[in-house]
Amino acid sequence: MMIDHPLLGLRDAQEFTYLGDASLIDRPDWQAKDAQDQFHDYLYLRDNPAGEHRELWFHETGDRSWLVVTRNTLTHEISKVELARDVARARGRST
Amino acid sequence: MHKLKPISALGAAQPQIDQIAGLTIAERSDLALASIAARQGQGEACMAAAQSWMQADLPSPGQGHLGQTYSCFWMGPEQWMVSADQADHEDLASEIKQSFGATASVSEQSGGWCRFDLKGAQLGAVLERLCNVDFAAMETGDVSRSRLEHLGCFIWCLQPGSEVAILGPRSSAGSLHHALVAAARSAL
Repeated sequence: MMIDHPLLGLRDAQEFTYLGDASLIDRPDWQAKDAQDQFHDYLYLRDNPAGEHRELWFHETGDRSWLVVTRNTLTHEISKVELARDVARARGRST
Repeated sequence: MHKLKPISALGAAQPQIDQIAGLTIAERSDLALASIAARQGQGEACMAAAQSWMQADLPSPGQGHLGQTYSCFWMGPEQWMVSADQADHEDLASEIKQSFGATASVSEQSGGWCRFDLKGAQLGAVLERLCNVDFAAMETGDVSRSRLEHLGCFIWCLQPGSEVAILGPRSSAGSLHHALVAAARSAL
């Protein structure tokens, strides 16, 4: 499988490490009143779609950037690859 | 007083040089290394600092700059590695920090990496056994980090088709050197 890195172009998937659902970016506020419930959902509740899935990949033996890869879990087709920091910043994180 | 003496990454008093069927594999212990990471929102200021410090831009993704005194290559988003002669720039990291100030975080890297320079007309045949990098397509200064002998190494093109610098983790210098020599013997 090849991943089309936004900065480096097509790279072999063996250079990457898979982390999981890209919703891990949306880490709850640990100071919220219901933080415990929020963290329960954050940690344990995942969608398991048969189809398009957004997931985090780490370019471990490459440039060590985190990517958000949109992959179809049925066909393994990759339709979109973004730098995770751009995704996070677009959601108001680390600005 | 302690009687300490520096040793090379392979543990010898002098850097090792291997000659294998026209290919030279030379351990380099004469270079100081330091990394630059632009701080958040300081990318442009960091670029300006680099321009006034070494009269060159910090390279774009996948590229490097080979200079007289300072050479550098792109490591990751807004991160670069700089190398300079060890004898003249032993304090490279603090030298860079003075020029870049609060625009960048600078880390000493000399003790973290080992470097082998490979030179020879048949270099492409050796590299294609070692890693995924498309060496034939690389131009002077181009760099790519890839897996080589299970290690994340930088492959830095010094001369298209015939000369490359490979930087790998210093604690695995012996394994990396073994892989280079074994691939050269196998391919040439």
